[in-house]
Amino acid sequence: MEFFLGRYSYIFIAVLVGIGVYGMMMKRNLLKKVIGMAIFQTAIYLLFIQGAKKTGASVPVYTPALGSEAGTYMNPLPQVLVLTAIVVGVAITGVAISLLAVIYRRFGTLDEAKILQQMRDPA
Amino acid sequence: VSQVPVLIPLSLLVSALLALLAGLRDPRWGHRISLAGASVSFLLALAGIRAVWGGGEALHYALGSWLPPAGIEFVLDSLAAYMTGLITFVGVVALVYAPRSLARETPGKEAFAYPAMVLLLTGLTGMCLTGDVFNLYVFLEIAALSAYALLAIGDRGAPVATFRYLLIGSLGGGFYLMGVAFLYFSTGTLNMADLQARLPDLVESRAVISAAAFIIVGLGVKMALFPLHFWLPDVYTNAPSAVAGLVAPIMTKVSAYAIIRIFLDVFPSGFLTEALPVASTVGWLSAGGIIFGSVLAVAQQDYRRMLAYSSVGQISYVGLGIGLANPVGMIGGLLHILNHALMKGCLFFIGGAVRYRAGVTRVPQMRGLGKAMPWTMAAFVVAALAMIGIPPTAGFFSKWYLLLGALQAGNWWWFAVIILSSLLTAVYFFRTVEMIYREPVEGAVAATVIMDSGDPGPRPGTGAAEVGDPPASMLIPILVLGVAILVAGLMNVVIVEALLERVVAPLGG
Repeated sequence: MEFFLGRYSYIFIAVLVGIGVYGMMMKRNLLKKVIGMAIFQTAIYLLFIQGAKKTGASVPVYTPALGSEAGTYMNPLPQVLVLTAIVVGVAITGVAISLLAVIYRRFGTLDEAKILQQMRDPA
Repeated sequence: VSQVPVLIPLSLLVSALLALLAGLRDPRWGHRISLAGASVSFLLALAGIRAVWGGGEALHYALGSWLPPAGIEFVLDSLAAYMTGLITFVGVVALVYAPRSLARETPGKEAFAYPAMVLLLTGLTGMCLTGDVFNLYVFLEIAALSAYALLAIGDRGAPVATFRYLLIGSLGGGFYLMGVAFLYFSTGTLNMADLQARLPDLVESRAVISAAAFIIVGLGVKMALFPLHFWLPDVYTNAPSAVAGLVAPIMTKVSAYAIIRIFLDVFPSGFLTEALPVASTVGWLSAGGIIFGSVLAVAQQDYRRMLAYSSVGQISYVGLGIGLANPVGMIGGLLHILNHALMKGCLFFIGGAVRYRAGVTRVPQMRGLGKAMPWTMAAFVVAALAMIGIPPTAGFFSKWYLLLGALQAGNWWWFAVIILSSLLTAVYFFRTVEMIYREPVEGAVAATVIMDSGDPGPRPGTGAAEVGDPPASMLIPILVLGVAILVAGLMNVVIVEALLERVVAPLGG
């Protein structure tokens, strides 16, 4: 129980990773695979955010009252990294969805098994 | 000179943006700007190689004047110079080759293809030059995204193959990013040199060990390390020839480079060989990949699919070099990056030329082309000999170093694997060579053109009458790569001594 309480946020992140990877690998519908990918990416963002958590720290803007002790401020770098990662993730999702649009126009379905069947014996 | 590290990706990035704008008005201008940008970056990469040649100091550039470890640093050391030289060289060659081939295979999409090609080069050179593990992730995704865009414009099945690649690729990128998160929270830094300074105190930490595992798995997926290679054959088979000739030689290699970089310059020496047996795991998987790729390549009838499976096998040679983890073996792996890039680029371009002239992609249909396309097929023979590993072509020397490395490590299994896969490679290439130089059946080429209607690529108008060497813009890149294979073979001692020996120094003499 104590193990769980101390680390529950990390356990949730691991569960999210599991759900995302499961969706990417196991779902037959290609759009659901993209959703799985988004969940997987979100889990990574949360990992960065969670790791940067600091209790009782202020926003990372210099305040004379708090002095120049680094420990009293949040570390802004992980958040910046996550912003960059989100931009990358949005780009990936965008490309994935535009690929899906092409696939749907060409094959008329997003079901992986049906698409593979059509690729094997083109009607 | 000190700005060279940042100027290489920057010149590519700027020309990609300009090429897109110009290309929307006139694709030809898009091509000219792309080619100019790639050429400038190639010259800069040459300047970089000159600076570090034979023991020169590595060039450092702090972006925005934020000094490392706080800021992002670009480092051009001998390994980075070697890689950027190769990437930009293949890039220039592919851009020269592209217009005719793309116009035939995917008409109307050139305006977007050229900027994407240059953007791909931006990402790959950036990956090689950056000295920051998070920045490496960003460049990795830039390269991956432009590769997705490029690969998807191929044949009918290309978007599906690319979509699967995208899923696997983003999974790999995600794992890498998780590894970076663990590293950052253990050490508080992202700079590679700084990481190497801090990690020796933390080798016992479980976070660092899982970071290493995540990073290697993530990059292993990107590198198509067996058994994570399954996305690769479909992707290469369906891609347009010019794109396959650009992506196949360098894309997986740069991920292999990233593993080597992480292995040598981030984790303390010995950590990935002893504390965590990553090196030997990579080596055994690669040995499996070599056999698997070679056997399946023998079974393929489609020329491009045969090359794709052969790529799975060949990238594993680089993995084998990592697995040996001794200087000679690592040199073999690094040398194979260069050699295989030249060979595979040449072979994919030849496939594109055959498709352009004769409209065929299957090996049995290539019968008699040796007479019809003499220069192209001469280059094919050189590349095939190099793939098998016959001296004095380049392929011989990297395998030689790998064999020496396996001997030194006393690993007879891997020694046998290298020999066996060379024999298998000989099987599938001699079969193709034999087919090419056989007497053509009367009217066979024209007939296959009609029979091969499952392939949506445009058909040449007159069939046999048009068969001959491809136009100069396609033939010259093929010949340049063919000559480069020989030159790289003859120059291998110079390259090893001037650039690579220092790279593997951390592994000990």
